[in-house]
Amino acid sequence: MTDKVEISLKINGREHRVAVEPRRTLVDVIREDCGQTGTHIGCEHGVCGACTVSIDGEPVRSCLMFAVQAAGRDIRTVEGLANGNDLHPLQKAFMEHHALQCGFCTPGFLMLASSVLEREPNISDEDLLDVLSSNLCRCTGYANIVKAVRAVAAQMRSR
Amino acid sequence: MATEKTTWIGRSVPRLEDPPLVTGRGRFAADINFPGQLHMRVVRSNHAHAKILSIDIAAARAMPGVYAAWTAADIPEVSPIDFREGRIEKLEPYRQPVLAKGRVRYVGEPVAVIFAEDAYAAEDAAEAVTVDVEELPVLLGADEPPGEFEPGRTTEVAVLVQGYGDVDAVFRTASKVVALDLVVGRHSGVPLETRGAIARYDASRDMLELHGAAKVPHRNRESLARMFGRSLASVHLFEWHVGGGFGIRGEIYPEDILVCVAAMRFNRPVKWIEDRQEHLVAANHSRQQRHKVRAAVDAEGRLLALDDTFFHDQGAYVRTHATRVPMMTCGILPGPYRVPAYRATGHVRLTNKTPAATYRSPGRFETTFVRERLMDAIAHELGIDRIELRRRNAVRKEDMPYALPLVVLGDEVEYDSGDYVGLLDKLLAHVGWDKLQADAKRRRDAGEAVGVGLSMFVEKSGLGPTDGTRVTVDTTGAVELVTGGASLGQGFETVMAQICADSLGVDYQRVRVVHGRTDRIEHGIGAHASRATVMTGSATQVAALKVREKALDVAAELMQAPVDKLDIIDGRVVRTDRPSGPSIGLGEIAAGLWPTRKTVGGREPGLSAEGWFHSEHQTYPYGVHIAVVKVDRETGGVTVERYIVGYDIGRAINPMLVEGQIVGGFAQGLGGAILEEFVYDERGQPLSVTFADYLLPTVRETPPVEVVLYEDYRSTRNPLGIKGAGEAGVTGVGGAIASAIDDAIGMPGAVTRLPVTPQRLKALLANGGRRPAT
Amino acid sequence: MYIGLLTMKPASFRYHAPNTLDEAVALLAKVAPDDGRVLAGGQSLVPTMAFRLSRPAHLVDINGIEALRRLAVDGDALSIGACVRHAAFHRPVVDGCTGRLLSDVVRHIAHFPIRTRGTFCGSLAHADPASEWCLVAATLDATMTARSVRGARQIAARDFFQGVMTTALGPDELLAEVRLPILPADTRFGFREFNRRAGDFAIAMALVTYRLRNGVMVEPRVGVGGAETHPRRIADAERALDGKPPGATAFAAAADAAAAVMDPMEDVNTSAKYRRDLVRTLTRRALERASA
Repeated sequence: MTDKVEISLKINGREHRVAVEPRRTLVDVIREDCGQTGTHIGCEHGVCGACTVSIDGEPVRSCLMFAVQAAGRDIRTVEGLANGNDLHPLQKAFMEHHALQCGFCTPGFLMLASSVLEREPNISDEDLLDVLSSNLCRCTGYANIVKAVRAVAAQMRSR
Repeated sequence: MATEKTTWIGRSVPRLEDPPLVTGRGRFAADINFPGQLHMRVVRSNHAHAKILSIDIAAARAMPGVYAAWTAADIPEVSPIDFREGRIEKLEPYRQPVLAKGRVRYVGEPVAVIFAEDAYAAEDAAEAVTVDVEELPVLLGADEPPGEFEPGRTTEVAVLVQGYGDVDAVFRTASKVVALDLVVGRHSGVPLETRGAIARYDASRDMLELHGAAKVPHRNRESLARMFGRSLASVHLFEWHVGGGFGIRGEIYPEDILVCVAAMRFNRPVKWIEDRQEHLVAANHSRQQRHKVRAAVDAEGRLLALDDTFFHDQGAYVRTHATRVPMMTCGILPGPYRVPAYRATGHVRLTNKTPAATYRSPGRFETTFVRERLMDAIAHELGIDRIELRRRNAVRKEDMPYALPLVVLGDEVEYDSGDYVGLLDKLLAHVGWDKLQADAKRRRDAGEAVGVGLSMFVEKSGLGPTDGTRVTVDTTGAVELVTGGASLGQGFETVMAQICADSLGVDYQRVRVVHGRTDRIEHGIGAHASRATVMTGSATQVAALKVREKALDVAAELMQAPVDKLDIIDGRVVRTDRPSGPSIGLGEIAAGLWPTRKTVGGREPGLSAEGWFHSEHQTYPYGVHIAVVKVDRETGGVTVERYIVGYDIGRAINPMLVEGQIVGGFAQGLGGAILEEFVYDERGQPLSVTFADYLLPTVRETPPVEVVLYEDYRSTRNPLGIKGAGEAGVTGVGGAIASAIDDAIGMPGAVTRLPVTPQRLKALLANGGRRPAT
Repeated sequence: MYIGLLTMKPASFRYHAPNTLDEAVALLAKVAPDDGRVLAGGQSLVPTMAFRLSRPAHLVDINGIEALRRLAVDGDALSIGACVRHAAFHRPVVDGCTGRLLSDVVRHIAHFPIRTRGTFCGSLAHADPASEWCLVAATLDATMTARSVRGARQIAARDFFQGVMTTALGPDELLAEVRLPILPADTRFGFREFNRRAGDFAIAMALVTYRLRNGVMVEPRVGVGGAETHPRRIADAERALDGKPPGATAFAAAADAAAAVMDPMEDVNTSAKYRRDLVRTLTRRALERASA
């Protein structure tokens, strides 16, 4: 056990001052020390993507980063997707297209899709599929997730 | 104010479950925390079979943050884990101890447990535990001769036999016998959320709580109460959000017992969250069976007799399901075909691997693969078209209800309703079967290895015998439906709300559905065996109709109108001849039924009712899967280009959710057909222990699935006419894909083993697709 | 893959975040004897730490070192600094074949979110046999610059990759930069890999390049990775292409030659024969792709 380091994590625009051992992963600190449990742990070795958050606008597997590395960065999690009571278009689309069943993988997919679409609203369908192949879902068989994300991408393109 | 009644049943309405889940406000087991909680970490065996000489936990106990550490010696009062259905004396010796006693029998078996102030400290301490063993010979094949479980007991725990007719006589005189040796590989549900259990003991009320329960909370509560010698009223289970179950989650495992015992002993909450590696070696495995099956047929390919001997790989212990899965296997193998004489002999054998139990469509994924391979083989041997062969043998619509002297889940088999050939023909017409085959042939002629395959199956759902629910309308007009059901992500709440809303006359969004709470309702069947919609849904209808009746009775008095001129529309009682006239809200009626109000009259207070539904028999929905598959002959890679499922749903409460279940089930079946397998080396070391080794399909491997739902034959076993759909997507996948691969490579009967990995497929191609001798 | 089933969650370590390269190598010199490791993208290192397969007592996080983010053309080579992410290569970073080759290959590396963090140099230092960048470096004869307190030294690709997760880097050396020779603009290339699922570790892969002069192939490069303990160029296969017209005959000969010299890795899931056959298939397909 090593000494704890004091860091401040900015999550969804809010600062969280915590003292953590360097070995604590970002996902563990987000969930346990900062109390934001919307980000989930599915494998802890970087394969399933359930822990995906956005860091400085890019999708990152938070189980593959140590919390101390994320100090001073702009971290966004699923809890910050909606604007108050206004749901993000992806959240609405997921509900509309039945793109979730148990909901465990959902935050990861939402953060993956939202960060990618924000940077690249004109992403090609092929690239979009490539992006979505990053995360695992065990319930839906993916088809509705693809439909939901495509629908939002189309919306964004038409704007 | 609505004047027209809304129907909810049959509509693909959005789910009630979704809002918290898309906003990250769900409460999964790992999200649950209690003040003062300890974290539990299980130390697991690194050996597949060994005598335990000593376990040293002294160093672990001394580490920072460690509160306690146990081995089996510390929990002498805890018995091995019992079977869900009750005592089965013959199998009792094979139950799993909560912590290994004397021997370890699979890699991953719990040998010690650490309790610490935080999860990382618990891991550190677990590393410090040393286990000294004497290795024993390892048994890895259920089809090998049984070994020693313990002195005086072999590893063959049971030989199950089901059948009827004189099978041997038929085989003696049969003109044609087709025999196959088939293997289904070991794989399992692997939900994305690992298991978790948080126990809390409230000494102030002598109340034990277990959070993170799933699937069968009421049944588990009974088991735990019995195990700990507590009254039912002093044990409660809580199911919060669950990240998929698929049959794996929700059974009683050693970890559930340990957190409870610890919470009671320490008077502190104890939290255990499984990691992925653990899950892959500790949570139930499934599916592994080897079948030596043979059919006696006449010259036209009609089945005269079916004889199947299979070896069921149960893993190291018999867990809560006892021998349900192999028993189911025996009972459901005939599927949609008429089998005049039948015998299934299931050797249930232990091996030094993770214990096995139910996984979505248990016994049916396996038997559909076996049976459909057999049908394809018969068709090929006799030169009969594989569709025509199935038509010839299918149970006909005139034969319904079709009873068989076979037992499935304790019920005698009776297919209730349906037209197997009818559905087959409709689906074939829908996909354009002839064109599908012609297209594939044309591509094959041009050099591609493309094929088409199919499988037919009968499912089972709606396992009874009884379920009950309670519907209450409160004084605000909101409805609460309390069920003993469970939700693993399938949309249980929404479907129940739709049924309740339809029967009562309210908006489904005003119905709050309670499930997974033993403290809210005394009885419950949970959610498994595709029974929730059927049983809990039917009970909900009964309860809601009673509430409606009571409301109308009160309203009739208050509105001075005859009951038959009243209806409830969108939560208000209106006159059917003047729907826009005066009306009374259900909330007002509920207020009027307050015990202190005069309006109660002689009635029981409260706008509330219990409803019970009883069913003697399960229902047997059925379906067909069709696969178009492309094989890369050089790499052995398999791509599923197209997949169609035709399924008799009876009546779909929410078609969108039914489709979701089927598509999700397909993805799991696809995994079992070509990707997923728990592999062991010759020392019994599991090799599929990360997501890099155990391969779940991604979106790239999973084609869109066309789901065609048929509602031609409502179930005769419940008033709503519904049949379950939770498992239908997975059942036929192994059989359909195997059939398609054979077709693609032009080698009938080539695929005899799942999963079809690229390497295995290449070996088949090299081997000329010769079937192994049986 | 054998993993001790004892634990997950990383073991303790001391964390250092230097601001300059000099600081970084000075730290490394101090902590290397104590199993001190470099942390760049972390996409390969952190999973092994999660399983406690590696338990470095110190991590030197180089992500804050500005100088290591350099990605630039230096004369006839592309210089890739230690902190350049895979994602940088999604769009061609240089005109001509090299840029296209890198953006073609990068799509096969793991998955999108891994690529936003993982680094080119990190892949090389990690030296997983199934690493696509290692194959690229070996096939194109990259030069690696190793930095330590003793200064810098250049290591040629053929000397750099030594075995499974084994390179010529010393424990206190940091792979600061890789220089990839920029191929002539008219070079043709083809890359093919095979895995069980999109984004998985490649079971085998082939990267080929050649130029056409007077209708025949010249300056051929045939690299094979994923099948042996480390990637390498296959001289026999290149000889089978040199001076021959592109087409089925030469491609088959090169593919056979590559397969023949393979010493494939073997495990319970994958036989040597299967890998060897795969190398033959992928080499041929990579050539077909190059000539398309």
